[in-house]
Amino acid sequence: MSKIITDVVCPFCGTLCDDLEVTVSDDGKKLIDVSNACAIGAMKFLHSQADDRLTKPRMRNEDGSWRDVSYEEAADFSAKMLANSKKPLMYGWSSTNCEAQSVGSTIGELIGAQMDNTATVCHGTTLIAVQDVGVPSCTLGEVKNRADMIIYWGGNPAHAHPRHMSRYSMYPRGFFTAKGHRGRTLVVVDPRDTDSASIADIHLKVEQGRDYELLSALRVAFRGEVLPDVVAGIPKEKIYEVAEKMKKARFGVIFFGMGVTQTLSKNHNIDIAIQVTRDLNEYTKFSIMPMRGHYNVTGSGEVWGWQFGFPFCVDLSRGFARYNPGESSSNDLLVRGEVDSVFVIGSDPGAHFPFGSVKKMNEIPCVCVDPHITPTTVVADLHVPVAFVGVEVGGCAYRMDSVPIETHKVVDAPEGMITDEEFLNMVLERLQKIKGV
Amino acid sequence: MKKVELTIKQQPELYLETENITPDAFAGKSADEIAALNVYEGNVTHKLGDFFSIAGTPGATAADTQIVVNGNLERVKWIGSRMTAGEVVVESSMDMYAGAFMAGGKLLIKGNAGHFTGLGMTGGELRITGNAGNYLGAAYRGDWRGMQGGVLRVNGNAGSDVGSFMRGGEIIIGGDADVHVGTHQEGGKIVVKGNAKSKVGGQMVKGEIIVFGTIDVMMPGFAHRDNVDLEVDGTKATFKRYEGDLGERHPKSKGAVVYGQLYIKQ
Amino acid sequence: MAEYIVKNGFVVDPTLGVNCEKMDIAIKDGKIVETTELKSPKTIDASGMIVMAGAVDVHSHSAGPKVNVGRNFRPEDKLNYYKAKSGVKRMEAGFSVPTALSSGYIFARMGYGFVMEAAMPPLYARHTHEEMRDTPIVDEAALPVFGNNWFVMEYLKNHEIENVASYIAWLLRVTKGYGVKCVNPGGTEAWGWGMNCVTPDDPVPYFDVTPKEIIKGLIEANEYLRLPHSMHLHSNSLGEPGNYQITIDSLKCAEGFKANSDFGRDQVLHHTHLQFHSYGGESYGSKEFESKSKEVMDYVNGTDNITFDIGQVTLDETTTMTADGPFEYHLSHMNNLKWVNKDVELETAAGVVPFIYNPNSFIGVAQWAIGQELALLTKDMTKCHITTDAPNAGPVHRYPRVIKWLMSLKARNQILDDCKYGDSVRSQCYIGEIDRELSFYEIAQMTRVGTSKCLGLSHMFGSLKPGMEGDVSVYAYNPETDDDPEKIEHAFGNAKYFIKSGELIINDGEIISNGHKRTFWVKPGMELTAQVNRDVTERFKKYYTVTQNNYEVKEHHYVPNPYVIEVNAA
Repeated sequence: MSKIITDVVCPFCGTLCDDLEVTVSDDGKKLIDVSNACAIGAMKFLHSQADDRLTKPRMRNEDGSWRDVSYEEAADFSAKMLANSKKPLMYGWSSTNCEAQSVGSTIGELIGAQMDNTATVCHGTTLIAVQDVGVPSCTLGEVKNRADMIIYWGGNPAHAHPRHMSRYSMYPRGFFTAKGHRGRTLVVVDPRDTDSASIADIHLKVEQGRDYELLSALRVAFRGEVLPDVVAGIPKEKIYEVAEKMKKARFGVIFFGMGVTQTLSKNHNIDIAIQVTRDLNEYTKFSIMPMRGHYNVTGSGEVWGWQFGFPFCVDLSRGFARYNPGESSSNDLLVRGEVDSVFVIGSDPGAHFPFGSVKKMNEIPCVCVDPHITPTTVVADLHVPVAFVGVEVGGCAYRMDSVPIETHKVVDAPEGMITDEEFLNMVLERLQKIKGV
Repeated sequence: MKKVELTIKQQPELYLETENITPDAFAGKSADEIAALNVYEGNVTHKLGDFFSIAGTPGATAADTQIVVNGNLERVKWIGSRMTAGEVVVESSMDMYAGAFMAGGKLLIKGNAGHFTGLGMTGGELRITGNAGNYLGAAYRGDWRGMQGGVLRVNGNAGSDVGSFMRGGEIIIGGDADVHVGTHQEGGKIVVKGNAKSKVGGQMVKGEIIVFGTIDVMMPGFAHRDNVDLEVDGTKATFKRYEGDLGERHPKSKGAVVYGQLYIKQ
Repeated sequence: MAEYIVKNGFVVDPTLGVNCEKMDIAIKDGKIVETTELKSPKTIDASGMIVMAGAVDVHSHSAGPKVNVGRNFRPEDKLNYYKAKSGVKRMEAGFSVPTALSSGYIFARMGYGFVMEAAMPPLYARHTHEEMRDTPIVDEAALPVFGNNWFVMEYLKNHEIENVASYIAWLLRVTKGYGVKCVNPGGTEAWGWGMNCVTPDDPVPYFDVTPKEIIKGLIEANEYLRLPHSMHLHSNSLGEPGNYQITIDSLKCAEGFKANSDFGRDQVLHHTHLQFHSYGGESYGSKEFESKSKEVMDYVNGTDNITFDIGQVTLDETTTMTADGPFEYHLSHMNNLKWVNKDVELETAAGVVPFIYNPNSFIGVAQWAIGQELALLTKDMTKCHITTDAPNAGPVHRYPRVIKWLMSLKARNQILDDCKYGDSVRSQCYIGEIDRELSFYEIAQMTRVGTSKCLGLSHMFGSLKPGMEGDVSVYAYNPETDDDPEKIEHAFGNAKYFIKSGELIINDGEIISNGHKRTFWVKPGMELTAQVNRDVTERFKKYYTVTQNNYEVKEHHYVPNPYVIEVNAA
């Protein structure tokens, strides 16, 4: 026999779909099937059922091989490493719940750590841009219920956020949008011919690295000023035409991805895209939203926001919080040799950081808390496998529009396994003992 | 002016934060008191005397105090930050935040300076004989009030984001500048004697940018108005005058719209 | 739990009719008790100091999504304003938008025991609760916003009060909210299309109800449910020159309604930050703009069912944040600073913009003057509450400065004399004609008695009578010997001792405990009507982007220490 659990929240991407249905065995121990999810989301659930899954922490031997250790030994090692560091980096936090993030903050504060999340290689530039010029935005339901113009800039949601277009932007029929996609115009701006671009009404094939110039040109066009004949590979006639369409939309939205956040001009691309949006509100209603990646990277920024005042790159070393990406950002810290140990949780920097950073992680003491075996665990001295958040334990997560949704537990973790939050609490208790507080 | 000479005697394992190396912090103190000032390495607080040997005595006021810092300072941050008067001479390259939020006095770095040099500076003279990193004379994150006064002179090249949100003062770069010069500039003057890369003057409201060399891609919001003869930092030449950023908001003065001015040497 | 006796202080407590009289206050098991009930109390020597009940804040923005936007998008607000961790006290940061942790400490230092978060977007209730949970020491509650809610507007189109009440009851239960907030009624929904409702008679696009109908309907539903607090209003056209008539028209919506509640309040309408709504003239210019505080107060003083808070401008660089989306858009075009907007599906919106109230500008000081006037023209001080609409008109830690101005003509004149437009402000506003100086007794009426009564909490807070919550603030100011307005400000910002629910939080000026804060929420008895049940189900399926089951905020993690007020329907 089996049972179906509804309203399940998908712990994969920032779309944070909450309408999944999961079939589990009657005893709640085995996950059998997942429906309503995209292929990636379904895989995340099913992966938890893998037979070869690690269920015990393992410590690196001198010769590079692994030995199994208990969670107690793992917590001892982690606490000692953090307590002995002058400037430990505690990185990741995007694939775990806000409860674990909060325990992490207490640890970070206690030991004067550098706290950073995956925004540092993703939408951190967006956070910087928002600090410079703000951001007119909305929840995804506003897009669903009102929007008649959808723009994807530097992103390919068909692959990266597979249900984004069907749930929120292009296809749903909402309150004022009863015609669904037939009432909407889709614009994709991308140098590549992507699957998303192939279904667009307008595809602007911007010259690589010239998004800043193209966005600037749109602002010039809004004001009716003269443009050069070609900007960023796009003829001026096309730019004027698109600018006019944007002004005439009833409710427009720009979704943007890593094609603009992590290419030349970085935060400036987002800064000026936000100003494009701000300009358009003089003519109509327009919003802009980042396509946040990890399902709870947004939550990490929120938690640190209310606890420390900054969304990423938080430097707690001096007993109060400081912030300055370029200095307190993980890759700068690693490459420059500013930190002397790394604690990774809820992320895989081994796969996403530049080689220089990963090399440094290999040189200094490194703990990785992750259910999976990853490129990061390859350079770690200690690997602590934990229960999957959103599958084996619930907890709060924030969607890309910052809407908080509580994820649910659908099956038991393998016997004896603990959660991120539980492991962090074990480390915290030990650190409090070491520090005598 | 009285002089204090510091010499680094021990290199930090990580980096050292030394915002206390300023005439303001030293003024009126004995050598022992100076040695007892805090410096920081990560979460550990050390004494200045643990890392530097100290000779000489400061003046009674910041204005009457000169500090000379010797040795390899490539892992030292914040020298001369928030200084309001007096003089600091750094006899080496140094790391980030030289003269950050500096309000007065003179700071000379004989070598290269790291990122965020002269960040949010409001006054004084900051000179770098070598190259400067990114965010030279830029605003602190989120602040719309970038550099507001003083003079920042770099003999070599500068990195990206020179003078972001600049409101006043002057930045002169002897060599080349990387992308994003004067982004969101709303006052002040930036001179690039070498070449500038693309994204010059993006979102500029007002102020001046003067480039002696080339700009590899112009921003679309700058329109060529006319050619003018100017004397810039001792050089007389004819410059093409552009106005922009035409996509950005602009204030009015006496009924006329005020634009950012971009000059490129012919 | 330890017993305390606060000895020899000058006690100020209007509920006891005590005005700076030397008395001892006893606290045991979290409550105020008769001194005879103590066995072996710890003594707190309050000689030469003022002793009051813990203060109650009726309206500030200290937790929730837009507050966090204010933090995260303003690193420069923390660059020079932070406090390092120290003992049990955690790190603090932020001048105008303090971190949640810092917020709790600031309120404690000012002697506040209860704080109302003034605007909670229901879809973000979970976030608001997470922040309140992490705000140490002070008890808190939050008001969900209803004034632009699609359900409410649809029902009010046909004046279906029972359905509105049923929906409100359901929403308070699922969001763990406290009462009914209404911000720019109808105008924020219009903002969904980039429009606004400027007067109370402007129909809301598509929904075709007027702000007046929304205000009256929410008052009626609020009384139908017999809630502890009244409808809490931020009316249309906030901040616009000439808006005072709109304000009076909005206040008149309360005419004919009488409080229907077992929680001791008299008002059916609380108008918040009235200062922003009492403007005459047609522009912000020094010859045009004028105060209409007297006109507004002439109306308010003549009613017996309205309370208000002032929303005092403090002449600082601060961060504005409100569910009045169109207003923030407008503001960002006045000062050209960074602007965040966030429209929330089916419910509301929010905007956030930094703002500098310049103490040397005409308009800044005129706004400052109007806030003072409203308080100084009030007859019954329990109806008038001190706020800065924090952080909109000023940071929350400026409350003590507001108290100083209200108590000292000298301190007020200094603001006017230091501003080059001081004489213009005197001629365009009423401030120059007013020499009233409030007493400690009146300050206690405004910050203790009035606010706790307004929120329906006078059975717990605002008084030192035996049986009340053990919230006691001790301020180092001697009313017999001290005569310095600056000392008033310092004393009220740095409580010498603060006891919260019977626990010593501040000892000799130092925070020694993070307390045991509670989150208050109201659980109305009324069940869902069949109609509302159907509508909720349908709208979640069709228009929300979260499922109905995922909408409800469960207590376990988000409200770990709840104080639930159950209310029986009529």
